[in-house]
Amino acid sequence: MTTLTVNGQDVTIESEDDIPLLWVIRDELNLTGTKFGCGIAQCGACTVMVDGMPRRSCVTPVGSVDGSDIQTIEAMDSPEAKAVQAAWEKLDVPQCGWCQSGQVVSAAALLQMTRQPTDEDIDNAMAGNVCRCATYVRIRKAIHDAAAALEG
Amino acid sequence: MRFLIALMLMVTPAVAETVNGLKTVDEFDGIAEEEARSVALFEEMLKVIEHPRCLNCHPAGDTPLQGDEMQPHMPPVIRGEADFGAPGMYCTTCHGSENVAFVTGEGSIPGHSPWQLAPVEMAWVGKSPAEICAQIKDPERNGGKDLAALHEHMAEDGLVGWGWEPGEGRTPAPGTQEILGELTQSWIDTGAMCPDA
Repeated sequence: MTTLTVNGQDVTIESEDDIPLLWVIRDELNLTGTKFGCGIAQCGACTVMVDGMPRRSCVTPVGSVDGSDIQTIEAMDSPEAKAVQAAWEKLDVPQCGWCQSGQVVSAAALLQMTRQPTDEDIDNAMAGNVCRCATYVRIRKAIHDAAAALEG
Repeated sequence: MRFLIALMLMVTPAVAETVNGLKTVDEFDGIAEEEARSVALFEEMLKVIEHPRCLNCHPAGDTPLQGDEMQPHMPPVIRGEADFGAPGMYCTTCHGSENVAFVTGEGSIPGHSPWQLAPVEMAWVGKSPAEICAQIKDPERNGGKDLAALHEHMAEDGLVGWGWEPGEGRTPAPGTQEILGELTQSWIDTGAMCPDA
């Protein structure tokens, strides 16, 4: 049994400890904004925040994060996340959209750590978030746009 | 007959052995000259030091390697200022405190706490045995370790120990961490000599 805080709500998970956090988020908590992409931490579609840091939920056994604070795309409401989401809409970043919740979580996490990232900072932080539609140019531009908006 | 075999086993002296591709310290007793024995012990330690489980996280550049084929890490990650990845993409974005088997197929993602690269001054990839030997004895390039601390690193460190429990899809380092520790201690006891090349 695992106890978590997910998007501000305390939840008790009855699944086995080795079930991936992603399975719990999507199938038990019905929070389907977080996507399954590869299952082996190669694509980033399943990225969520665990205790304030980005984490690939497909390779995270739920028992390993017992007691943690989990935030999924549904509840990303920090100033950085809001700026990222506004920039995403403004620049029409998504194409098919499958990877985008992971992209948004990673981008917001980057801006929490690096307020004015360079292209290199963005490339390094986002290297694990793959986009099959290759929207990388718009993603990078939108992160710069969000950084500028945060600078105000 | 059975009695004879049992008797023969009892009187046979303890034999040196090779465990999982790594010779035990006893194997080197036949080398009379201490300096030569020390060098031979180090060359045995090198079988572990130069194994992919160790080299992959002692890279010469800013990119870790991975797998038995020592390919560049995928996704493409960087060393970062603290040998722990880039802000937003630290090692812990993917690597947890223990190996995790993939639930969707074969293989696993490695994990241990801590999980990070060796600092670049401890890089081993591309170095000769003599260079590695000089480097691991040099406190300026080994994290300030004296020989006792170096032995402790080899014999006790948890992340070093991960090399023998690397998870599905990765070949363990030769021998055991205990044998590596014994080899290291004997190497130190014989003067911690280095090979010429």
